[in-house]
Amino acid sequence: MADLPRPIEDWFRTRGWSIHPHQREMFDRAGDPATLLIAPTGGGKTMAGFLPTLAELADNPRPGLHTLYVSPLKALAADIKRNLSTPVDEIGLPIRIDDRTGDTTATRKKAQRADPPHILLTTPESLALLTSYEDAARTFAGLQRVVIDEIHALAESKRGDQLMLALARLQTLCPGLRRVGLSATVEDPSAIARLLARHPDPCAILTADPGPAPDITMLETPERPPWSGGGAAYSIAAVLDLVRQHRITLIFHNTRAQAEIFFHNLWLANDDALPIGIHHGSLDRQQREKVEAAMVRGDLRAVVCTGSLDLGIDWGDVDLVIQIGAPKNVKRLVQRIGRANHRYNAPSKAVLVPANRFEVVECVAALDAARAHALDGDPRGPGPLDVLCQHILIAACSGPFDANELFHEMASAGPYAGLSRAQFDDCLDFCATGGYALRAYDRYQRLMQNADRRWHLRDPRSAQRIRMNIGTIQDTDTLKVRLRRSRGAKPLGEVEEAFAASLTPGDTFLIGGEIVRYEGLREMTVEVTRNAARKPKIATFMGSKFSTSTQLSTRILDMFAARDWSGLPGHTAEWLDLQADVSQLPKAGRLLVESFPHDGREHLCIYGFAGRNAMQTLGLLITKRLEETGHSPLGFVATDYAVLIWGLDPVTDVAPLFDANALRQGRDAWLAENMMMKKTFRASATIAGLIERNTPSARKSGRQATFSSDILYDTLRKYDPDHLILRITRQEALRGMVDFGRIEEMLTRIGTRIDLVRLDRVTPLAAPLFLEVGRVPVRGSAEERLLAEETSRLMEESGLANLT
Amino acid sequence: MNTPIAAPPVHHIALAGAELSALGSGALWWPAERLLCISDLHLGKSERMARRGGSTLPPYETQDTLTRLAADLDRTGASRVICLGDSFDDAEAAGALPEADRLWITQLQAGRDWTWIEGNHDPGPIALGGAHRAEMQIGPLTFRHIATEGAQGEVSGHYHPKARIRTRAGRIARPAFLVDDTRLILPAYGTYTGGLDCGSAPLSGIMNPNAIAILTGRTPLPVPMPRQGVK
Repeated sequence: MADLPRPIEDWFRTRGWSIHPHQREMFDRAGDPATLLIAPTGGGKTMAGFLPTLAELADNPRPGLHTLYVSPLKALAADIKRNLSTPVDEIGLPIRIDDRTGDTTATRKKAQRADPPHILLTTPESLALLTSYEDAARTFAGLQRVVIDEIHALAESKRGDQLMLALARLQTLCPGLRRVGLSATVEDPSAIARLLARHPDPCAILTADPGPAPDITMLETPERPPWSGGGAAYSIAAVLDLVRQHRITLIFHNTRAQAEIFFHNLWLANDDALPIGIHHGSLDRQQREKVEAAMVRGDLRAVVCTGSLDLGIDWGDVDLVIQIGAPKNVKRLVQRIGRANHRYNAPSKAVLVPANRFEVVECVAALDAARAHALDGDPRGPGPLDVLCQHILIAACSGPFDANELFHEMASAGPYAGLSRAQFDDCLDFCATGGYALRAYDRYQRLMQNADRRWHLRDPRSAQRIRMNIGTIQDTDTLKVRLRRSRGAKPLGEVEEAFAASLTPGDTFLIGGEIVRYEGLREMTVEVTRNAARKPKIATFMGSKFSTSTQLSTRILDMFAARDWSGLPGHTAEWLDLQADVSQLPKAGRLLVESFPHDGREHLCIYGFAGRNAMQTLGLLITKRLEETGHSPLGFVATDYAVLIWGLDPVTDVAPLFDANALRQGRDAWLAENMMMKKTFRASATIAGLIERNTPSARKSGRQATFSSDILYDTLRKYDPDHLILRITRQEALRGMVDFGRIEEMLTRIGTRIDLVRLDRVTPLAAPLFLEVGRVPVRGSAEERLLAEETSRLMEESGLANLT
Repeated sequence: MNTPIAAPPVHHIALAGAELSALGSGALWWPAERLLCISDLHLGKSERMARRGGSTLPPYETQDTLTRLAADLDRTGASRVICLGDSFDDAEAAGALPEADRLWITQLQAGRDWTWIEGNHDPGPIALGGAHRAEMQIGPLTFRHIATEGAQGEVSGHYHPKARIRTRAGRIARPAFLVDDTRLILPAYGTYTGGLDCGSAPLSGIMNPNAIAILTGRTPLPVPMPRQGVK
């Protein structure tokens, strides 16, 4: 066992600190090619990751880049820079630390490339960009270690795949490079280890002491939670009480919109004027930084937030986490709970607040799962090819490459360990020609081969365009919101373009906890004024919604099967008992379908328990089948557990609706026309470089990009249905917004065991669906029937029918 | 309606003594003259957008428009064709059409009496076969691009009219023919063309109070022309 360098040893001693066992172990394993550390928040993870770097540089302070630190958040890079500088300065180590993100100035970036610091802190996107430069080999010369923070968060998205491809490139440049991953608690550490290590290197998994079990409860109030919705306004008084009883409370929400509405309601009820802030990804950076600084200073008693505070920035003395709305996913819940008592070895305290009656059931299931340490997660499958295409273009930017070498380099990245040569060649062909249907268009001809068979950019100037479009984050297109120039032009944040498009001057909405009045659009910026209205006219922008995980859905069905209401409040138990009396409770391994008339229409309620996205897709597919069989569906609405369909005719035979082959055909044929498929296509086409979001002249507005991507999609479907990007789109449709994989899983689970119950009115479990927002209309024979009905009525009424 | 069972439904219109049929596709059919009339094809729209520095799209919308036109010609067996103006997105677009599309148009023209009426997007002759006219008179009907005041028996296009109907399942908007006892305005036939609500000016001013709108779609459906203020 090697000793720590003396000055570092001394520093720990003078501070009265002892090294944690996992920090020691990381130090001892410093020579391994790859190591993954699983540690709870506050477990000294960062020091564990950097200790070997500090020791090596203390012993041998040579110039040049030694360690690269990659984190999912720009803010985390800045935070680590601060936290690392303290020990480095106090120990007196001659180490230069610098960060490089999208916010770094061009001059500093240039200086970093020419004369890199010892430790460079960056994000996956900035790293990918760095590897695209011709001088990448010089910048990274001598690099020894890479530390990837919050790797569990990166591993869930294409950002992780991008990072691993960039690491594969670095490994080619610096063969001795050693990799370290730092992760929160996850369900399958070995999956992350496989991503992290160069294939087929081994990767040791070290686990720090997880600390004491958290103290989690569900909020029970005298007020009953409402039947639907996600606002949880009923809990405001109780939540304020909890804030009063604690030092600092984090109040997590699943969507930004819900956070805004809750924050607004909290302020209206905040008679003690407790200092409470709001933090989410749509707020302007300055606004967010202000809240962050206030938190660190201890000026705030509570922060209403979203996933933007999920990751490991140290916010000081948080002693309570409140989760508003069902957590949808146990892993995220556990990670959020870890935000409380960011001190090692103190139990975290958390309170769950169900937003509606069904979420009471979900919260109880999540509590049980968290107590049982049963985390959930769906394996992500092999690395997506759109990211691979982007990296082929990035490689071409840095200089000519040999296809064979590049294939072996990319196949050494964990997510692409199973990449076949044929798949790689497909991607290379796409990058070179755009694919069969587009081969006649000059702009898609991007690569060509030299006489020496090496591939290079056909037009060197295209490197600039490729670099401008690096990245895999598909933020919905957003517009900046500012106060009017005459009011100081203060930036407030961003709203989705679709939301902005729905506004007319005079409309009021919530942003950053303020009610503002929409004045107009100026140079792609939404201009607003402050408004004293007590109630915003329009709630707020949409934001994405999570699906309830498979594990939680299963737990709920198990709870129904056992009819064990012991964890449930009386009002929820009564509701479920009423459902059991009137109809049935959904059962695991079977599918309950209710059919009933209501309000002049026929309804079908399908309890699929496959999560919101899959239920939405199921709604699309089933209404399509109903359309084909002449049932004239009019629309549907989906939740995590059910889809409710309404139409002109009753459905008496449901078994054919759930024929797996027919549903799959529906996915391939009809779902192809669906907006979600188009969105999926747009994301992959953008990542693969088929569509450029950013051009040297101007940023393409979201609507323009949508327009052209929709046309491209239709075009390729018609003339080149086997185009690489369409194949990628179909693959992506198995998860994410389309989530067809969970429909497949549901079909396997239920087999032919479908129970159709015909009733004369709405059932207790179906009733909340009538209050759900997000109804999807179906345009088909029902529309023709309604139009025919309405036009002939109008013709008769007007008397014009007799004239023509 | 005396159409064969297999034929898609049409809506009959009488204008200045001429018996016409509105097709669900947005084309107008005059059986007595074996004449098919379509308006605002806007061929080459994506090509023009590319030329103007907008997003560059493969010009597949031209093929889509021509596919639908070929189907209508086939279905009706038309021997005369009138394109009512704005057939091309601009004068250059006609010349810049890919060779395959030009050939296709030539094939559609073969054996047919084909007339291009000038539009505001494509004034002047274009480099394709067929006659070029500012306007055209056939029997009681005048074919021109933009409706003129006080005209009788006039068939025109230009406005891309659309009609919105409120049903018990919400509003439905469709491209529509507008017809009163003096004139007929055709919907745009081209793919990716926008539309003007028939309730808005100037359409509400041009059409008489008893005008009807014929919604395009599977079955062309007549309805009293919706006007502004009528919700």
